[in-house]
Amino acid sequence: MPKTSSKTNPARELVFGDLWEFDPAPETADPKLKPRYDLFINGSFVPPRAGKYFATINPAHETKIADIALADASDVDAACIAAQKAFTSVWGKMPGKERGKYLYRIARLLQDHAREFAIAETLDGGKPIKESRDFDVPMAAAHFFYHAGWADKLEFLAPGKRIAPHGVVGQVIPWNFPLLMLAWKIAPALAAGNCVVLKPAETTSITALKFGEICQEAGLPNGVVNIVSGAGETGAAVIQHPLTTKVAFTGSTEVGKSIMRSLAGTDKKMTLELGGKAANIVFDDAPLDQAVEGIVNGIFFNQGHVCCAGSRLLVQESIADAVLAKLKRRITVLRVGDPMDKNTDLGAINSREQLAKITDLVQSGVAEGAEMHDNGCKLPAKGFFFRPTIFTKVSMSHRIAREEIFGPVLSILTFRTPEEAVEKANNTPYGLSAGVWTDKGSRILKMSTLLKAGVVWANTYNKFDPTSPFGGYKESGFGREGGKQGMLDYLRVV
Amino acid sequence: MSHRLPISKTPKCYVGGAFIRSESGRVTELNDASGTFFANIPQCTRKDLRNAVEAAAKAGPGWAKRSAFNRGQILYRLAEMMEARSIELAKAVALGGASQAQAAREVAASIERVVHYAGWADKYEQILGSVNPVASAHFNFTVTEPMGIIGVIAPDDSPLLALVSLILPAITSGNCIVVLASNTQPYPSILLGEMLATSDLPGGVVNLLTGLRSEMVPTFATHEHLRALSGAVNAEDRKTLKLGAAESVKRVRLLKAEQPIDWFADTMQGAEEIRALIEFKTTWHPVGA
Amino acid sequence: MPAAKAPTSLRRLFDEIGTVDQVGIEERVAKFTTRSLKKNSKVFGLRLAVSMVDLTTLEGKDTPGKVASLCQKALRPHDVGDIPPTAAVCVYPAMVKHARKHVGGTQVKIASVATAFPSGQAPLKTRLAEVHAAVKDGADEIDMVINRGAFLSGEFGRMQDEIAAVVEACGQATLKVILEVSELETYDNIRAASFLAMRVIRPGDFIKTSTGKTSSNATLGNNQVMLEAIRDHFLATGIPIAMKPAGGIRTAKQALHFLIAVKETLGDEWLNNRRYRFGASALLNDLVRQLEKERTGAYQAPWNFSEATEGY
Repeated sequence: MPKTSSKTNPARELVFGDLWEFDPAPETADPKLKPRYDLFINGSFVPPRAGKYFATINPAHETKIADIALADASDVDAACIAAQKAFTSVWGKMPGKERGKYLYRIARLLQDHAREFAIAETLDGGKPIKESRDFDVPMAAAHFFYHAGWADKLEFLAPGKRIAPHGVVGQVIPWNFPLLMLAWKIAPALAAGNCVVLKPAETTSITALKFGEICQEAGLPNGVVNIVSGAGETGAAVIQHPLTTKVAFTGSTEVGKSIMRSLAGTDKKMTLELGGKAANIVFDDAPLDQAVEGIVNGIFFNQGHVCCAGSRLLVQESIADAVLAKLKRRITVLRVGDPMDKNTDLGAINSREQLAKITDLVQSGVAEGAEMHDNGCKLPAKGFFFRPTIFTKVSMSHRIAREEIFGPVLSILTFRTPEEAVEKANNTPYGLSAGVWTDKGSRILKMSTLLKAGVVWANTYNKFDPTSPFGGYKESGFGREGGKQGMLDYLRVV
Repeated sequence: MSHRLPISKTPKCYVGGAFIRSESGRVTELNDASGTFFANIPQCTRKDLRNAVEAAAKAGPGWAKRSAFNRGQILYRLAEMMEARSIELAKAVALGGASQAQAAREVAASIERVVHYAGWADKYEQILGSVNPVASAHFNFTVTEPMGIIGVIAPDDSPLLALVSLILPAITSGNCIVVLASNTQPYPSILLGEMLATSDLPGGVVNLLTGLRSEMVPTFATHEHLRALSGAVNAEDRKTLKLGAAESVKRVRLLKAEQPIDWFADTMQGAEEIRALIEFKTTWHPVGA
Repeated sequence: MPAAKAPTSLRRLFDEIGTVDQVGIEERVAKFTTRSLKKNSKVFGLRLAVSMVDLTTLEGKDTPGKVASLCQKALRPHDVGDIPPTAAVCVYPAMVKHARKHVGGTQVKIASVATAFPSGQAPLKTRLAEVHAAVKDGADEIDMVINRGAFLSGEFGRMQDEIAAVVEACGQATLKVILEVSELETYDNIRAASFLAMRVIRPGDFIKTSTGKTSSNATLGNNQVMLEAIRDHFLATGIPIAMKPAGGIRTAKQALHFLIAVKETLGDEWLNNRRYRFGASALLNDLVRQLEKERTGAYQAPWNFSEATEGY
């Protein structure tokens, strides 16, 4: 009973013990990995010219999985030239309906290899297998399916205008949804008639390079998709290469700004999907259990490695205690551990570096006077793990309320009136997403109007769909991905 | 009959619904095409820009909340005001050396451009927005929203038509703007300000500054309250503006002033111009009982 | 809480107990179905489910003979293997005395539906008389139906008074209050009816989803609404109410999903047959079949586990 739970006798608690403990349920299928991954350029896997490789590790065990080719500027150049050639000789000229058929093929092949990709994703990135299996991989296939159908219908995107592809698109993606972000980038680019040079994140290259195998299996013309693995320098080479007339980047606001600076003297078109510090707003009439579920899904999905994570919970004062009590109870049954176990809810933090960043921000929260609660679960001895963590007594000026943590850490603030909620929600340079929880439909629409964010989830959180445009306001970037709006961002008006 | 001393108009900038001189007190002498002194034009500074942004910020929420129908009516009213003073506008355009016929053609095209966008006010949403058929039990829809305050920098040529072509797509969707007019031919912007003032457009929606691009561009570039920059400028200014824009992730839409731009072309107008200066917001609304 | 003080307006009741978002709760319960149970945890879950079954026959054609074989099956669900008896058999009042001959004095309880099951459309006096008769014949547990008409027309006081009267008629017998969720239609109504019922029954009494006689019965969604109502009521009052989903749960896999919902919503203290039951008939066959599969390692043919299977 939400309204009276403040009177709850604390002795009346539920027992979430080990009466019925789950046995390990590891996913065991073969991800079909190679010990070494070369660059995917012009339809073939080729060694990097300088012969350099770097190790990619499993963040859950800190063990090496494979060697990944390190592309330098000359490799990126070769990839861009291959893409340009494919654009002018084949892909740019191909009728849309034929391009579409290749995309449909890719979608089907991703479905055929779904389990393999899910396991590779979890091994390399640390996310729970149930997420890579039920979300990342099927959603990646869905993006190819959706965009395949656009390829021969582009003239409906900008009525009254003539449109054309950009040519070669340079794309740099993050490590939180490696295959899915690749799909968000490559599917619309290809449907529009562009060719791509894509750089996956340094810690999660495997599924992108496995995607090269899918391109081969689909018979995609050589050079239409090129994957160059590496670190920041490789990404910069892709972004700055003279042949990439359009660049698309998903990552931190800091890097996004540096990309904008580096391209200031050029005519390149950009789509930037940057950071966020989303407010998840719970009103006193909200369906509380579903709100708690949405809060959990908002901040603990993918270990909180989500740019649109609902990292600031704004809860109406009158129900703050009730929500906190429910939230604490809910996180006691979250299972943290081996990402490959089908029952794991929170897997491994993607890298040692990210774990250090999360730890540092959490320490700042404690030092600044906020009160920390975590679910107290046992963490594996090896690997990078962090407990689902909640901060109360947080003020708007605390670092944990302002900076993107990109981890499973929630800051709880309260408000009294809708106006105050909007003010606090909008009081950030970011504007990617927001959540609203209320039983009142008209309030949902009013709040959605007032919130400065590109995506507003009402009575839900972290929902995605290929038909639904995603992207931010303010320093969360510009351009959209998904839907007809995202499609048009890969075309130019001529 | 004794000779009557004419009353000459002091050109002022239209900011926050009022007519102002530059806070600096500086002016630039404007000559006509024959080199004869015409008037002193305010030479605005970065502080004038700052004040104009404040005025735009005050007007913003109200303008964005106006109904699309009402915005369309107000823009159409602007066309009426311009039409009524089209001879005066043509004279202002001709100051820069255009022939009477050229000037009249530019004024006519400018008025038609305003009418074009007046008509878009209650339609672009239906072209640019969408209802998205997501796989879950949600009503998912994407609407456009104004970005907020936009900096607009007009080129020297086509002093009225280029100005109008840059202003209209920005304000049709509910943005407020701070505009820097043509450096060489600022007078049409002074007149346009007077027409804006009588068009029912709320004060502060359009703030028209005159002054030197070289002085003003760096402030346009770095003012963080400006959410987007739109205009036609040279390569050097483009770089400055883009570098500044990076610091607060501003949207940038800049045409190349060093290349000829056919402002008369129909391709210079339309929903895509509006699209460049709006945000898309997608809402997931649950469907349940 | 005295029934007379119950709110008469649904809106006021929701202000007090909160509402349910349909989309949200269905997303929540979908997560229970992704849990993966292996080895010992699977066997534990299956055995637990067996021990929670109210093995049910509620047909016009029921005979003492059919009830006798039902009771045998409840006591010894399978002739090999170490499989526990079910929690209870559930029969019509006329069959209580027959069931008593077979399970009386064993750990298998006798449950009887009463109160003009399944419609409840009989005078209160008649309904109470039926309860008295069933208890007198030896029923340990009474499964009653609420007056849905009273609930839907906002006569909450009447609905609660009737439940309270049945509580009294039960005496020592445990009461299970059937909300008949399919006739309440919305999750909000299910939550409201759960609270109204819980406020007039005793610790250890049940709320139950369905009669099994309408088109839709227990689902993970309505089970979850009721589990959360039980949890909120417990945390506010300290009164533990038990739960019984009934109808539509036919497979072992489904039953395990329901139990995972219990584990993650109410915790360990509800993982026993005093606090959770399944109202089912066919379910037991599949539970036993899956336990045999775990024991022997071989997939089992259906005909070893059901006397009424359709031959195929």
